[in-house]
Amino acid sequence: MSEDGIDVIVVGAGPAGAACALRLARAGRSVVLVERGLSAGAKNVSGGRLYTYALEAVEEGLTAQAPWERAVVREQIMLMDGKRAVTVTVADPPEPGSRPESATVLRAVLDPWLAGVAEDAGALLATGVVVDSLLIEHDRVVGIVADGEEMRAEVVVAADGVMSLLGRQAGLVSRPAAHAVGIGAKEVIGLESSRLEERFGVGAREGVAMLMAGCTGGTAGGGFLYTNGSSLSLGIVAAPAELSAAGLTVHRLLQDLKAHPALAGLLADAPTLEYSAHLVREDGWAGVPKRLTRAGFVLVGEAAGFVLNLGYTVRGMDLALLSGVAAAEAIIAGGDLETAYRSALDRTGLLATMRATRGYRDVLAMERMYAAYPALALDVAARMYAVDAGPPRHLRHHVTAAMRARGVPMRGVVRDALVGMRSL
Amino acid sequence: MSAPIEIPALLGLDTFDLDETSHIDIDPVLCATCPTKACVAACPAQLYRPEGDGGVVFDHAGCLECGTCAVVCEHGGVVSWRSPSAGHGVSYRYG
Repeated sequence: MSEDGIDVIVVGAGPAGAACALRLARAGRSVVLVERGLSAGAKNVSGGRLYTYALEAVEEGLTAQAPWERAVVREQIMLMDGKRAVTVTVADPPEPGSRPESATVLRAVLDPWLAGVAEDAGALLATGVVVDSLLIEHDRVVGIVADGEEMRAEVVVAADGVMSLLGRQAGLVSRPAAHAVGIGAKEVIGLESSRLEERFGVGAREGVAMLMAGCTGGTAGGGFLYTNGSSLSLGIVAAPAELSAAGLTVHRLLQDLKAHPALAGLLADAPTLEYSAHLVREDGWAGVPKRLTRAGFVLVGEAAGFVLNLGYTVRGMDLALLSGVAAAEAIIAGGDLETAYRSALDRTGLLATMRATRGYRDVLAMERMYAAYPALALDVAARMYAVDAGPPRHLRHHVTAAMRARGVPMRGVVRDALVGMRSL
Repeated sequence: MSAPIEIPALLGLDTFDLDETSHIDIDPVLCATCPTKACVAACPAQLYRPEGDGGVVFDHAGCLECGTCAVVCEHGGVVSWRSPSAGHGVSYRYG
């Protein structure tokens, strides 16, 4: 224990920090969970879906207590182009009463709850505290300086997010590069629960997760829509450099998305309640630093680069929870922190998940994914359903005609298909 | 459909407690010579405004604290990016 009587200071009361603090408190360690927002979650933004296996990994039964919005019972991918859209739906409703595999969440609700669970376990939550810097002595992190005051601990856990100032001061990470991030912008749009359930065709506490491709003006990125209890989370994530080269902004793309005929009906008479933004790392495993610790210091969650954009889903909160658990286990185990943390991360499966998805980068880097392919799919679908007095044409004819019209060469498609097969 | 909303109106929906001083410092001299001014298009709150004389003006009121400007800045004009002081800045009610 430090001279301040604190074993561990956790900076950032998001999922990574709260999970870490909870586990440490359960193990009897004295923990201070420091949060710069006036409440946990006040500074935090997500698209809005949490995979619940990770909550269970923190503590069995947590999902049943968690204030999630709706269980995702339907996954949809929407390919868009101007005014057209093709939607692929995967409906796989869970057994009634069973734990949903994933659920939509609002961070201003989820984060205070989880921080509260950590508090109940004995962690001390200090909100409205901005950490100025790490306290480093003899090459060891020995605490933090917040509002000009020193606070000492055996270990400092940096759960301070994608822009981790502590990780940078510790010399473990640098700012993400512009080409390695997407800018996310989101509107939370109010929609009374009964109308939401009617429009989306879902039951009470059931919801939809939708990803859109072809809504980013040809730049790398996509859209998302999640149904919350009585609101929708609608957003765009897009690559900053490509946006600016195309003269676009995430705000413009988001406003255009709202007006798309395929969504307009779902959003009718639904007022926007909040506008938010968040940087999304898109470099996967390459964005994880070589070292995740130094003496007296551990990186968790987004601060450690633990975010995955797989195209059909984005994962951050589940990886944050797992890394928070792993950091707590490493601190409790003692010994060399880096070794203990890596083996704990291995046990949670997090490192294997990050490594396994390296090839997704290649797929997401395909320029044609963002405009040409959605448009092609729409052309083919439109031709299939265009019925006139003539004889129906073979599907192959529609495909080749659409490719010719779009100027997409066969060799390019074959090359992309090979990359796709190799990566996925 | 849900009507398009311009940035100032969107920011008007959010809850802010404005800090007296800016938590982001830019170097106006450097920014004036920046050929790309990537911040102008990238900031989701459009808080970086190009000036007629080639300069850039930043207003911290309405900052969503996402970090985009610091990440896209190519010319070093965003010289300091911090958190607003305790209790200040945006407070998301949904997040």
